Amino acid sequence: MRNIFLFIRRYFNVLLFVVLQVICLLLIVRYSKYHQAIFGNTANQITGKINAGYNNIEYYFHLRQTNDSLVKANEMLYNKLRYSFNLPDSVNREMLDSMKVDSLYPFRQYRFSSAKIIANDVTLPNNFLVLSKGSNDGFKPGMGVITAQGAVIGIITDVSNNYAVVMSLLHKDSKISGKLLKSGETGTLLWDGKEPNILVMNGVSKGAKPIAGDSIITSGFSTTFPKGLLLGRVISAKPDEGTSYLKITLRSAANFNTIEYGYVIDNFDAPGVNKLLEKAIKQQ
Amino acid sequence: MPVIVKNLFRFSLFMLVQVYVLDNIRLHQMVTPYLYFLFILWLPFHINRTLLMIIGFAVGFTLDSFRHQPGFHASACVLIAYLRPFLINILIPQEGAESNYLAPSVQSMGGLLAFMVYAGLLAFIHNAWVFLLEAWQFGSVWYFLTKTLLSTAITLVLILITELIFSRKQRFRTNTT
Repeated sequence: MRNIFLFIRRYFNVLLFVVLQVICLLLIVRYSKYHQAIFGNTANQITGKINAGYNNIEYYFHLRQTNDSLVKANEMLYNKLRYSFNLPDSVNREMLDSMKVDSLYPFRQYRFSSAKIIANDVTLPNNFLVLSKGSNDGFKPGMGVITAQGAVIGIITDVSNNYAVVMSLLHKDSKISGKLLKSGETGTLLWDGKEPNILVMNGVSKGAKPIAGDSIITSGFSTTFPKGLLLGRVISAKPDEGTSYLKITLRSAANFNTIEYGYVIDNFDAPGVNKLLEKAIKQQ
Repeated sequence: MPVIVKNLFRFSLFMLVQVYVLDNIRLHQMVTPYLYFLFILWLPFHINRTLLMIIGFAVGFTLDSFRHQPGFHASACVLIAYLRPFLINILIPQEGAESNYLAPSVQSMGGLLAFMVYAGLLAFIHNAWVFLLEAWQFGSVWYFLTKTLLSTAITLVLILITELIFSRKQRFRTNTT
């Protein structure tokens, strides 16, 4: 017994070193798997406060860009309004809807809520963003985040009371189902970790012949994003050696260097769909 | 100023510079400038190794919390905190410099070269360890090597600039005082 104590006292520093390294490795492995760690919430609160303070100052330097992007978003929405379309054809005659406005509410599927982005990385191998709202505003892990122009930014992975952490598209674990707008072929969007704003799309069959500039949109196959949001535009497409798929390089629609605001998408159908999926997986 | 207050102030300054200045510099995808671990290199000689490793862990963990990825920098900082005393023992020129001076600096290490070897080796180890942990995800040996070497070069330039701007004048302490 005495010898054990002597041994521990003699090699205490080596043992402490090994113990600390093991703790670190456990943190790395656990966190990248489950996207949450024991300290997740508290660290979120503290670093969130510091980030919010810093953003308060930095925000003024980006007011011009933020304003421009909001004006553009407004322009886009005006163009979607009913009265901006001329309807000469009698078939398209405007009809009064018999449904009451209030009764629409239960049929609403998506709700968008704005949130300020208070921290944003693009240079790291795995990038995250932090939003200034959290579970108090109804944000939950798994919700999608888009820009004012409707371009996809990422998915919420972690929330505290007042802050939410978003896994950006520029993250090695980020996998989003995308679709070529022209031909309708679907594939998976990934980031190879090399250059910000440049993504890779796998799983598109060689039959599709995308050209530079083609739009890639969300497929609507998950509950995170509605169908038809812009993900990016094709830069080049090459056949992937050894497989029957194409390797498409694309530029993300959201410019991650300049985003200031995000819109979080709450899908009211998500709980129901996810419950069914869980049941199906259990039955296997 | 008491040593603890001074170091706490230094710690927050290094963290803020690392998170809000250096992490926002986009030189090249191969270059990640690190400066925050200079805090560990500047700690006094007389701190015992147990405390040094725990401080190292805390420093790395703080940066990891800002990046939402716990483990990577904490691991690297514990490693350099563990290796620091060995390196000082090898590099320190004259007997008793540890007791005559407070902390490692150009002056107490006996010249700029010795200090840069000390800082360069630990910077290389830190960067290599961080990128090695990250490279499990992206693979490729050449990518890892170039990234480590380029980042270490930039880090050394940053350390040199910091040393020149904030020259830490140290009194030669003798037994009489």
